[in-house]
Amino acid sequence: MTEAVPPKGTGPLARIEARLAWGLLAPTIIAVALVVVLPLLAIFWISFKPVSLADLRPPEVVLREDIRGDDEAVGDQANIRYRLRNSSQEQPILDVSFTDRVPAGLTVTELDPRCTLEGRDLSCDLGDWEPGYRENLMIPVTIEQAYLDNGEGPKDSPAIPQGKASNVLTNATFTLDNFARVFDGDEFWSVLWVTLFYTVFGTIGALLFGLFAALLLNKSFKGQGILRGLYLFPYVSPIIAVAFAWILLFDPFSGSANALLIQMGVTEQAINFFGERPLALIMVTIFEIWRYFPLSFLFILARMQSIDTDMYEAADMDGASPFQKFWYLSVPQLLGILSVLFLLRFIWTFNKFDDIFLLTGGNAGTRTLTVNVYEQAFAISNIGAGAAVAVVIFGCLLAFSFFFFRFISQEEGL
Amino acid sequence: MMDLLRRGYITAPLLGVLWVFVVATTVAVAMSFATGAAFRPSGVGALVWGVLLGFACLPGPFWKPASAAILIAGVTLAGFGPIVIGSGVSVFSALLGAVATSGFAALGLRIMLDEVELGPINRHIFEGAVIRFCTGFGYIFFTAIVLIPFYVMVLTSLKNQAELIQNPLDFSIDFSKGTELLRSYDELFTQFDFGVYLLNSFLISVLTVAITLLFAVPGAYAVARLRFRGRAAFSRSILLIYMVPMIVLALPIYIAFSMTGLRNSLGGIIMIYPVTTIPVALYMLQGYFRGLPAEVEEAGLMDGLSRLMVIWKITLPLSLPAMASVSLYVFMIAWNEFLLAFMLLDDPSKFTLTRGIASLNSSEIPRQHLMAGSVIATVPIMALFLGLERFMTKGLTAGSVKG
Repeated sequence: MTEAVPPKGTGPLARIEARLAWGLLAPTIIAVALVVVLPLLAIFWISFKPVSLADLRPPEVVLREDIRGDDEAVGDQANIRYRLRNSSQEQPILDVSFTDRVPAGLTVTELDPRCTLEGRDLSCDLGDWEPGYRENLMIPVTIEQAYLDNGEGPKDSPAIPQGKASNVLTNATFTLDNFARVFDGDEFWSVLWVTLFYTVFGTIGALLFGLFAALLLNKSFKGQGILRGLYLFPYVSPIIAVAFAWILLFDPFSGSANALLIQMGVTEQAINFFGERPLALIMVTIFEIWRYFPLSFLFILARMQSIDTDMYEAADMDGASPFQKFWYLSVPQLLGILSVLFLLRFIWTFNKFDDIFLLTGGNAGTRTLTVNVYEQAFAISNIGAGAAVAVVIFGCLLAFSFFFFRFISQEEGL
Repeated sequence: MMDLLRRGYITAPLLGVLWVFVVATTVAVAMSFATGAAFRPSGVGALVWGVLLGFACLPGPFWKPASAAILIAGVTLAGFGPIVIGSGVSVFSALLGAVATSGFAALGLRIMLDEVELGPINRHIFEGAVIRFCTGFGYIFFTAIVLIPFYVMVLTSLKNQAELIQNPLDFSIDFSKGTELLRSYDELFTQFDFGVYLLNSFLISVLTVAITLLFAVPGAYAVARLRFRGRAAFSRSILLIYMVPMIVLALPIYIAFSMTGLRNSLGGIIMIYPVTTIPVALYMLQGYFRGLPAEVEEAGLMDGLSRLMVIWKITLPLSLPAMASVSLYVFMIAWNEFLLAFMLLDDPSKFTLTRGIASLNSSEIPRQHLMAGSVIATVPIMALFLGLERFMTKGLTAGSVKG
C-alpha cells in the first residue's frame, strides 16, 4: 500500500481558479497598462527627445489648386495652378509627390518635366523639400467645349499629396539637453525647496487640523451628523470652484478678506495674498490644509470610534486626567493611522497640481515640481523639458513608495 | 508653572479674556459679512471685560453673569466694550452685535468654568475647563473657515460688479430686486451654454461610474476571493498606481490624443476618466468583498452556480451599500476633475462644467459669473453628497482613498 502524501504543485482546480482570476483581472490590467504604464514609458522616451509643442503636428505638404486665366470660351488658354508648401519651417519632407485628375475638356498643352500624364491622371514627383519650401506649379491647358458643358472644375477632384517627414518623436535623435535644462541653475533648487515646504507643511497641517476636528466630533450630540457633513465640504466640492472662491476672497483690490482686515485695523494697506513672496507660498499651503483636513479628519474619527472604551474607564478609575488620557491612551492608539495618513498625504501633496495652478499659476514663488511640468511643456512649449521634470517627479515618487511599502507592511499588514 | 495656572483666580480671568476675544472677533466678522457695516474687536476691551466676566461666571448665583453680560452690552453700545461698533451702523445691528457678544461670552464662560473655584483647583477641573474652551473655539473656527468661502461664493454670484467694488464686505441681499438677483445664472444658461456643460458633465460622470464598476467589480472579486500566484503583488501595485501623479500621465496622453485626433472629443475623455478611477474602486471593493462571508458563495458553488453567476447572484446583492459608496465617490472624482478636461477640451460645445468655469476666468467676464458657475458645479455634488453622506463616509474610510 502506498503511503498517502499531500499533493504537490498546483492541482487542476487551482489552475482553473487562477485562470479565472486572471480572466477577471484582464480588462483592468489592459486598461491600466494602456493609460498608465504606456504613458509612463512614453515620458521616459520623450524626456530624451528635443521636442517642442509645435513638433506634435508633423510637417505635411500643403496643396491648393485653382485655375488661372480665361476659361470662358473654347480655345482659351489657362493654367491649372498648384500652390505647394512645406508646413514646417524646421523639418524637411522627403519624396514629395501628388496625384490629381485633370477635369474632362482640358487639354494639357505642356507638361512640367517632373510630371507624367496617363489619360487624365496626373502625377508629379517633386523630390525632397527643404524646411519652409514653397512652389507654384503651373500646368497650361486649352479649354474645350466639354469643360464648359460639364461645369467640373479642377477643385472637384482633390489632389492627393504625399511625402515622408521624419517625426521627431519617433526618430533616433536623442538629447540630454532637457535634463541639463531642468537641473541647470538655481531654479531647480528653488522649485525643489518650494515643493518640500508645500508638501511637508501641507501634510502636517492637514493632519493636525484633522486631528483637532476629529476630537471635536468624537462625541455624540445633536447635529453631529450635520457638522460632520459640513466639515467635509472643502474636500468634496470641485477644486476649481473653491480655488476661485479663495482668489476672490483674498483679492487685493476688491476682496472681502482685505476689506475685513483693514476695517479691523490689522493692516493699513491691502495685502496681495497670492501675489507676494513668500506670502503666496504660505497661502497655497494654507489652502492645501483647508482642502484636505477633512480627509484626515474622517480617517482619524473612524479610528477613534473603534478604540475600546473600557480602556478609558480603567483610566478613569486610576484617576487619569483628560490630558493624560489623550496623551497616554488616544495618541498611541492613533499613531498607526496618523503615520499611514502622513505617508499617503505626503505623496499626494507632492503630486498635487491643480491647486497651485489655479491659485497662482506657479507665480510669486509657488512653482512646485508638478507645476513646473506644465510650465515647461506648455508655457515654454518645450515638451521634452516638461517630460524631464516628470521623470524627476517619478523618481522621487519611486523613492517614497519604496519607503511607504517598507513602512506600511509593518503597520497595516498589507 | 502649571500649578500657578491651576488657581481659580488665574484660570477664570485668563479663559475669560481669551473667550471674550474669540466671541468678539466672531461676532465682528459675522456682522461685517452680514451687513457690510464696521464692526471690529478691541483687544483692550476684551482684556478688561474678559477679566470681569471670568470672575462673574464662576459657579455661583445666576444674577452675577447675567448682570455682567448686561453691563458689557451697555458699555459696548457706549463704545468701550470688547467689540467696537463704527459710526453709521443701524441701531438694530449695533444692538444685535452688542447683545450677541456679551450673551455668547457669558453663556460660554458659564459652561466652561463649571466647577472651577476661586482658590486652587485640581487637574481634572482645570483641564476640563481648558478642553471646553478649546471645543468652543474649535467649533467656531472650523465652521467659520469652512463656511466663509462658500458664503462668499454664493453671495457674490447674486451681486453685480458695481455693488461688489463699492463695498466688498457688504453681502446683504436686496430681495426687492426679485429675479434680477439671479441674472448671472440666467446669462450663464442663455449665453454661455452652461446647460450643455451641465449635461456633458453629468453624462461623463455617469458613464465613468458605469465603466469603472464594470471593470472593477470582477477585478476586486478576483483579488479578494480567488487564489492565484501574484495576488499580493497585484494588490500592492494597485496602491502604487494611486500614487502616480496625474500631471505626469497628462502630458503623454495629451501628445497621444493630439496625434490621433482624440483630443477635443468627449469620447477621449470617457476613455481616460474610468482608468483613473478603476484602481481606487477596485481597492475599495476588494476590501468590502473580503469582509463578506465566503460560506454563502461556497453554498452557491455547491448548488451548481458558476463563479460568474455567484458574483452576479450572491456577491453583488450583498455588496449594494459598498457599490453605492464607490459609485458616489467615482462620480465625485469625475464631476470634479479639472486637469484633463482643461488640457484636452478646446471646443466650447464639448466643455464639461469644470472646463466651462475655467473659460469664464477672464478679465472680460464679470466675476459674479465665475462664482455663479462655481455654484452651479458645486450644488449638485453637495446635494448628492449630503443626501448620501452615510455611504460616502463609510466608503471613504473603507479603502484609503485618493485625494
